[in-house]
Amino acid sequence: MDLYRAHVLVCGGTGCTSSGSADLIKRFEEQLALHGLDREVKVVRTGCFGLCEAGPVVIVYPEGTFYSRIAPTDVDTIVAEHLLKGRIVQHLVYKDKTKQDSTDLSLEQIDFYRSQKRIALRNCGVIDPENIDEYIAFDGYKALGKALTQMTREQVIDEILKSGLRGRGGGGFLTGLKWKFTYNSQSDQKYVACNADEGDPGAFMDRSVLEGDPHAVIEAMAIAGYAIGANTGYIYVRAEYPIAVKRLQIAIDQAREYGLLGKRIFGTDFDFELFIRLGSGAFVCGEETALMASIEGGRGEPRPRPPFPAVKGLFGKPTMLNNVETYANVPQIILNGWEWFAGIGTERSKGTKVFALGGKINNTGLVEVPMGTPLRDIVYHIGGGIPGGKKFKAVQTGGPSGGCIPAEHLDISIEYDTLVEIGSMMGSGGMIVMDEDNCMVDIARYFLDFTVDESCGKCTPCRIGTKRMLEILERIVAGKGEEGDIEKLENLAKNIKATALCGLGQSAPNPVLSTLKFFRSEYEAHIKDKRCPAHHCQSLLNFFITDKCRGCTACTKVCPVNAISGTVKELHHIDLEKCIKCGSCIEKCRFGAITKN
Amino acid sequence: MKSLAELEAIRQKTLDKVAMRKDTEDGIRVVVGMATCGIAAGARPVMLAFLEEINKRHLTNVTVSQTGCIGVCRLEPMADVMIPGQEKVTYVNLKPEMVPRIVAEHIVNRRPVTEYAIGAAEKQ
Repeated sequence: MDLYRAHVLVCGGTGCTSSGSADLIKRFEEQLALHGLDREVKVVRTGCFGLCEAGPVVIVYPEGTFYSRIAPTDVDTIVAEHLLKGRIVQHLVYKDKTKQDSTDLSLEQIDFYRSQKRIALRNCGVIDPENIDEYIAFDGYKALGKALTQMTREQVIDEILKSGLRGRGGGGFLTGLKWKFTYNSQSDQKYVACNADEGDPGAFMDRSVLEGDPHAVIEAMAIAGYAIGANTGYIYVRAEYPIAVKRLQIAIDQAREYGLLGKRIFGTDFDFELFIRLGSGAFVCGEETALMASIEGGRGEPRPRPPFPAVKGLFGKPTMLNNVETYANVPQIILNGWEWFAGIGTERSKGTKVFALGGKINNTGLVEVPMGTPLRDIVYHIGGGIPGGKKFKAVQTGGPSGGCIPAEHLDISIEYDTLVEIGSMMGSGGMIVMDEDNCMVDIARYFLDFTVDESCGKCTPCRIGTKRMLEILERIVAGKGEEGDIEKLENLAKNIKATALCGLGQSAPNPVLSTLKFFRSEYEAHIKDKRCPAHHCQSLLNFFITDKCRGCTACTKVCPVNAISGTVKELHHIDLEKCIKCGSCIEKCRFGAITKN
Repeated sequence: MKSLAELEAIRQKTLDKVAMRKDTEDGIRVVVGMATCGIAAGARPVMLAFLEEINKRHLTNVTVSQTGCIGVCRLEPMADVMIPGQEKVTYVNLKPEMVPRIVAEHIVNRRPVTEYAIGAAEKQ
């Protein structure tokens, strides 16, 4: 029997898989068979639902009941109660942390989902990504059919151009224009390529699309191939995304079997083939020229532009490279028309954007919102605010290439241009929330540490310049900052931005510049007063024992350097000369008597 | 893949199977009483018959689900058929062989099978 009365959707994204969702699927199948329900209830492994914080996530249809943080033993309860007897298991249903009375929530009622608009993620968490029939049932490959049989190549490009879609990988270049440039290039051979080398720390938008809806990217690449005149495509995806790579390969094989890839697609004379190329996780390979060098089998190093890839790309031929999320929007634009897409978002930023919310936020996860949504809505409404009642300090967008947005700009509307105006950038969509405990100097140091590590070393400003900046920052957080360090940082930043070869170097100073712009006083406190206002930088902290101390001697025993002295039942004392600020005593103290500042 | 029609055929074929995950506001609901009393009286074969019949006819806008005890255990197995814009009809003392007629006459042609409904049972 094909029809089931209930579907159990289990998230198979990377987040939920690592918290054990594969075992859940097995357990559901066992338990359903045990109760004789396996003919009535179907178990489906889907892509990411977005609310990774609450994982592993299970949704039961037709009710749409949203179960969160499910342990294997909970599966037995869900099968015995919900699926056998029809009683929703209240204590396992997702509870909105910000609300008091929030039982019996179905998916659509949760704040986290209600304010979202899903275009790129529309199938994530809804379909089985390893089943092409389910993708087709949700209107999959219809756009490709429409483009091939009813539209000319020029009409396809025009549709994308008019929709106002801009590159979702970071730069925000008008996608249709890129298509047009490559279309205009004359050559016997052209290529389309997909950038799935998602490297920003804390970003997982592209991974989730590939894991949850790989066919959308395949369909879009075929459409792009038709439009610009390419018969071959490459998807460059990092090898650290094993689930995404596996599902992508399954999807490509299925599409080939159905004749949606290969020769004479939809009976037209359009042929298209698609190949996966694995990257080994070098951040610089997200840069387009380095990415193409890597696909060709060369070293992942950028080269100067022009010539741009649209003229001279892969194997010296015109190549059109788009990001995963950009592609995921394409079939929807072709199906629903450019007017529909252009009606979403703002004047200069159309459509929606996917963000990976992380850091000090209640609902860690994946969200998709219309362009122009205020940052405040994302942090407080969808994200559920800061845990532990702490104060919001800033949001870092754009990863190591971007900057931070402080509290005074919390009402900013999220668009490409507004973010650039305040010294940050959209980036690929990582959004890391920071609270009062985060030291902004240390954040800048962290990101610079990352870029220094990832610099390919080809050009001097990036190889040596960022290293010098990092050394200064390390000195500042170690309490050895000197007068004039800030000016040195600014000077270096200016020169690196102006002279580095590729986007990696040109944007590497951004985290420093933007924290300097909004949190200059924190830098000054580190340098002049040798003080870390967020009480974060270990070297600038001193440990004290207050009079809450009962003299239990627990701390003297745990201190690895014997810096604490004192006799039983008397106030203890820390020798600051000896103290290495490891924090062991704070953890051990049962009276909260030890403070740092 | 040779044509759009071929694609549409695959779409239609799979649509039935995933329909419950789509937003259907005009959806028809069949709710079968599946408490201990219902199951003991034979509700499971009845529900399977509903699934089979709906599947056979490729009805995409119908969901079959279960509910607990309604309180008239003596009339189990029972099922409610809810069609938007029409009054809910409760069928009682169901047997699998009665199901095809309910699907054909009520769900497809919108004419309730009154002789199977609760009102008819109460008159006897």
